[in-house]
Amino acid sequence: MATGALSACGSDAPVLNWYVNPDGVDTFKKYAEQCSTDDYDIAVQELPSSATDQRTQLARRLAAEDSSTDLMNLDPVFVAEFANAGWLQEIEGDTADEVNASLEGDGDYLAGAAETVTWEDKVYAIPLWANTQVLWYRKSLAEAAGLDMSQPVTWDQVIQAAADNDGTVGVQANKYEAYVVWINAMIQGAGGDIVSDTEAGKDASVDIDSDAGRKAAEIIEKLADSDAAQPDLTVSNEGTSLGQMYPTSGAGEFMVNWTFVYKNYEGGIGQPGGPADEAAFKDLGWARYPQTVEGEESMPPVGGIDIGIGAYTDNPDWAAEAAECITSKEAQVELALTDGLMPSTNSAYDEVAASGDYPEDLLDLYRTSVDEGGPRPKSAFYAMISSAVQARWHSPTSVDPDSTPEESADYLKDVLEGKALL
Amino acid sequence: MSAVTAPTQGKRQAGKKPVASDRAKAETRLGQRLVAPAIILMLLVTAFPMLRAIYLSTFDYALTAPEDREFLGLSNYLTALTDPLFWQTTGMTVLYMVVTVAVELVIGFIFAMVMHRVIFARGLIRTSILIPYGIITVVSGFTWQFAFSFQNGFINGWLPFVGDDFNWFGETTPAVIAIMVSEIWKTTPFMSLLLLAGLAQVSEDMVEAAKVDGATWWQRLTKVILPNMRAAIMVAVLFRALDAYRIFDNIFVMTAGAQKTESISFLTYRQTIEQFQLGMGSALSVLLFLSVLLVAYLIVKLFRVDLAQARQES
Repeated sequence: MATGALSACGSDAPVLNWYVNPDGVDTFKKYAEQCSTDDYDIAVQELPSSATDQRTQLARRLAAEDSSTDLMNLDPVFVAEFANAGWLQEIEGDTADEVNASLEGDGDYLAGAAETVTWEDKVYAIPLWANTQVLWYRKSLAEAAGLDMSQPVTWDQVIQAAADNDGTVGVQANKYEAYVVWINAMIQGAGGDIVSDTEAGKDASVDIDSDAGRKAAEIIEKLADSDAAQPDLTVSNEGTSLGQMYPTSGAGEFMVNWTFVYKNYEGGIGQPGGPADEAAFKDLGWARYPQTVEGEESMPPVGGIDIGIGAYTDNPDWAAEAAECITSKEAQVELALTDGLMPSTNSAYDEVAASGDYPEDLLDLYRTSVDEGGPRPKSAFYAMISSAVQARWHSPTSVDPDSTPEESADYLKDVLEGKALL
Repeated sequence: MSAVTAPTQGKRQAGKKPVASDRAKAETRLGQRLVAPAIILMLLVTAFPMLRAIYLSTFDYALTAPEDREFLGLSNYLTALTDPLFWQTTGMTVLYMVVTVAVELVIGFIFAMVMHRVIFARGLIRTSILIPYGIITVVSGFTWQFAFSFQNGFINGWLPFVGDDFNWFGETTPAVIAIMVSEIWKTTPFMSLLLLAGLAQVSEDMVEAAKVDGATWWQRLTKVILPNMRAAIMVAVLFRALDAYRIFDNIFVMTAGAQKTESISFLTYRQTIEQFQLGMGSALSVLLFLSVLLVAYLIVKLFRVDLAQARQES
């Protein structure tokens, strides 16, 4: 905020406010300065840390038709909501063409990332960085369990391996958005969906009561009943399971988590909660997201950040120009190298790979995961869908494959039709 | 202002309305004109949002789908009042209110007695008791969340009957207890402050007289002190009960409503702010407003205290 305000002081040029999430803020500030021109200055404004709070703050501004919200970092899952509400400018020109080409496998953007910025066949944001979840684990733990990690593993195998070998399984099962990320990935991994035909809005088809939904519930039940469950399973989040990889006692864990994990442990060598030394860090392994059903490809969650342009900005052309600049290849490469936030384009990935900062197989894994990953439901009512699922699937200890998918389907239908409170 | 209230002062004769002089009438009119701008402003500030909420509550209206807005009449109220979730959160809210106010009343009274009777380090002791109330609720919520955490908290270590890895926020009952502890810790000083004011009003002569008559400590407390504090106790209970009925911050910080710990305020917040369901959210906020009025009415009835009389006594 201060950087933007200071840079704005020196000139009479209009200020474009860029609302950013708190990851990689220094890099954002640097690019705000670099992308400012004689015509306009870009000021960085920080949003709260949780995705839900970021969405709330932006929505409150945009609902009030705030002309000072020019650019914003959006969690992909909120693009459809914001676009449907009329809060985002449509992206046109070369960038939109590139996004559309990428969806057909012919453009520079990773398909999973390109998918996140479209709504009703139009492009409403530009992918900045693309996130995905992989399975992080201690190689020694997998070895003790006799798991061949070069081959795809299933949730059942991972839970069993951890339980039998004094290890644990780290997931995100607090009552919040990330719990739905987990549930959605498992359901998609079994070939199902929470909802489909989402462009029908409240009339979307509710599909969670299916074999895929039951399989996901079985896995949650199995983990909750297993010795592999971490003591804080019901309130676990992306951060709480990090400390279980290198615990003071025990064999460590298998953990599904986002891409920031690698840089996190690399920077934490010798620190409390981190690897004790280089050898311990080398014991960190990674593999594709676990399969829900043996033999059926997993669908890793796709996340990241897209840049949207506010519908009520006074300077739409300059905001579009600035958005192009701050999502440039250089910016994406720098975000990856300094902040561990992985690119959304193939060309940026190539440059990150050439830098040698990341193991090559890890970058390949990220790229495949984003490309072949599964999106969360794209709907103007996503927040309702997510909260309704949380309401019936939380706590994980109460999940029952025989009743939870069915109850959640009934409840979700009622909520969408306005017949039930959420 | 004294001219305005003058006609009502003095002894009223049954059935007869006191006759105001022309001067008193003119002063009343002047007073009304002087306060009119403030009243109009107040109405604009408070009545407009309330009327707007009532208006919005008749729609199915989500901010993210403005084109699907649809007039529903009273349907949102019907949906809310027939939904088990509404009654579950209302029940939980009443539980929070009853337990925390009851515990705070007892502890607050003990603190008030200590503050009233203490003869050494009076300032220090009074300040120490009041410190928690000076802390912002969100901060105290985080503090107690850390304290109850099995990873870095001290509560599990202090309590011999729970294991070191007991997760307080994993089940409804312990999570509710943790929220209540935070709430009680934070607001007991407020209760004790109000009770201290009431305690100061009890005539020492009466207490002394009871003592001379041979009343025991318990008799002096229950027959002399507490009856004379009835108005102060009612004000303390009323203020805290209304406050407790609107409990939000501690739940937001400690469980975010998980494990069925939600209050009615939290449900309203989620509907309006998280889900952008302005119609249902407004209906819930109107219901919340009505239920707060009901709680206030019941407490005033329960204590059988005439508020106007209570004000004059104080």
